Amino acid sequence: MDIQDIIKPENLVYQKTKLLTDTPMHYCPGCSHGVVHKILAELIDEMGLQDKSIGVAPVGCAVFAYNYIDIDWQEAAHGRAPAVATGISRVNPDAFVFTYQGDGDLASIGAAEIMHACNRGENILVIFINNGIYGMTGGQMAPTTLEGMVTATTPNGRNVELNGYPMRITNLIAQLPGTSYVTRQSVHTAGGVRKCKKAVKKAIQNVLDKKGTSFVEVVSTCNSGWKLSPVASNKWMEENMIPYYPLGDMKDSVKGEHSEN
Amino acid sequence: MGEIKLMKGNEVLAEAAIRCGCDGYFGYPITPQSEVMETLMAREPWKETGMVVLQAESEVASINMVYGAAATGKKIMTSSSSPGISLMAEGISYLAGAELPCLLVNVQRGGPGLGTIQPSQADYFQAVKGGGHGDYKLIVLAPSSVQEMNDFVDLGFELAFKYRNPAMILADGAIGQMMEKVELADYKPRWTKEEVVEKNGGWATTGKPSSRKKNVITSLEMASNDMEVRNINLQAKYRKMEEEDVRYEAIQCDDAEFILVAFGTAARVCQKAVEVARAKGLKVGLLRPITLFPFPKTIIKELARKAVGFLSVEMSAGQMVEDIKLAVYDAGSNARVNYFGRMGGIIPTPTEVVEALEDKFSWELSYGVKRSY
Ligand SMILES: Cc1ncc(C[n+]2csc(CCOP(=O)(O)OP(=O)(O)O)c2C)c(N)n1
Ligand code: SF4
Ligand SMILES: [Mg+2]
Repeated sequence: MDIQDIIKPENLVYQKTKLLTDTPMHYCPGCSHGVVHKILAELIDEMGLQDKSIGVAPVGCAVFAYNYIDIDWQEAAHGRAPAVATGISRVNPDAFVFTYQGDGDLASIGAAEIMHACNRGENILVIFINNGIYGMTGGQMAPTTLEGMVTATTPNGRNVELNGYPMRITNLIAQLPGTSYVTRQSVHTAGGVRKCKKAVKKAIQNVLDKKGTSFVEVVSTCNSGWKLSPVASNKWMEENMIPYYPLGDMKDSVKGEHSEN
Repeated sequence: MGEIKLMKGNEVLAEAAIRCGCDGYFGYPITPQSEVMETLMAREPWKETGMVVLQAESEVASINMVYGAAATGKKIMTSSSSPGISLMAEGISYLAGAELPCLLVNVQRGGPGLGTIQPSQADYFQAVKGGGHGDYKLIVLAPSSVQEMNDFVDLGFELAFKYRNPAMILADGAIGQMMEKVELADYKPRWTKEEVVEKNGGWATTGKPSSRKKNVITSLEMASNDMEVRNINLQAKYRKMEEEDVRYEAIQCDDAEFILVAFGTAARVCQKAVEVARAKGLKVGLLRPITLFPFPKTIIKELARKAVGFLSVEMSAGQMVEDIKLAVYDAGSNARVNYFGRMGGIIPTPTEVVEALEDKFSWELSYGVKRSY
């Protein structure tokens, strides 16, 4: 049998995600950002949301997210994506608005904006990439950096006396009555990717149903910042990050209700 | 003729926003401008025109809400007072960098720091020279009456969209708080979704149909060559503003030997000062810049040819006086430029202004001619 006999539409099992552009991604090989982009692009396409979607890119490694997914985007100032998304969504209530933020962006410089956007129950999706570090600026400490973890600004490991404690901001977010669906996922295994996609899909649906803010944390790797190979990063994440940031749903309700699991 | 009312400057800002078809207001309370949001919240324009009003958690958030909403091609505004505007500086720089039209209002109070809630003009530099980082300009309109608080809302939006640039109304606590007769504008409907796409669909994030490329709002360029091109384009836009949209009012300048230059509340005081001075036989006129950027350089250069001296009257330590000096220097004139002002929330009186004029130009007044150096 000739190869041409096999390459036929009816034999197609997988293809490049339609809404991912041809721009080569600048992410380090092994980085979680690219996988989460793919999940988002797939879902926006599958759910028929391209012309309704407005993404808000952060300041952080995902600053160029707007180059990779073929929808309208806005680039926000560092940490301000939830305020930007609030502005968009308030004057365009029919749009599907999401922010895509790192842990420095969301949990440090933008802590006020994320808390208040979630507290108001803005109809937006928040994708929160928690890699425990400032990837973009060269691997400095983030609020989420684990105790003892070595970064460029904690060369002897994070000292909680000096730097405070690793922040589980998603747990705080789940306390806010404005949020509807709050979950923590990972994308370091095929199963994780499938689960994460399912969670993001549910989160998007909640936004479309105007149930309030949906928040998906993705515990992620930053192999460059962590100074580990991609494979070693996955292992390190499993052994260190996930015990501190356990995976699973934290809240599943509608805005205004306090049900937490 | 529109509806005539007696209203506070701040209330008029709110009323004018609703009537000009504004789509959204985002703000945070601060004296002396809190009446803007209070009026809007009481008016509930979302029931009437569909305009959104939201109290943000901070000025950092409100300016970024403006950024997000303005980037969808709609008419969006915020208002604040001096400390709040400082907090917005990063966001304003992003708005200018991403070339987003929007309307900002600064009802200035005395600074620096927490300062005072009394009126001031000490944010002139911040408004016209930048305030945030990078080479950018705002279109800056300086109202000197409650009527102009009304008129400049619509004008501000018009200029903001003409240039895809943030416009700022630079008022002060006196104009914000005082009540005057005002002729309100007639209602203009908000742009429909289709109108927004038609007018701004070339750049705004209105949601990407398959028929066009994605629109991306950003101020980022990694390659410095590209960033320089962006800057060159911005500068060209600012030059165009200087050519096409300078606004000022010249009062009794034709035969004037001395020109008072003042904007906003200080200009109101100077109007009276001109009367007082003229009654004393002094040939004094008033130039009132209405756009602080673009600054009315050309008229100053013209006046500098025959005027003996300029007195910049400001409610600050003397900021605009630098721009007057540059224009006079450009004109190659040896007219002298002086400053008089009060700070910390004090409004000068007309008599003080005339006395300052007589004092600072005593040589010229004694000899009746320009002093040569
Ligand atoms: C106001 C401001 N402060 C600091 C920076 C520098 N900066 C850029 S990205 C970043 C950290 C990003 O880390 P994170 O949000 O965790 O994203 P990651 O790169 O890890 O995905 C910092 C501090 C900036 N751009 N703006
Ligand atoms: S530095 Fe870290 S977060 Fe940034 S692209 Fe590389 S691996 Fe990903
Ligand atoms: Mg990070």
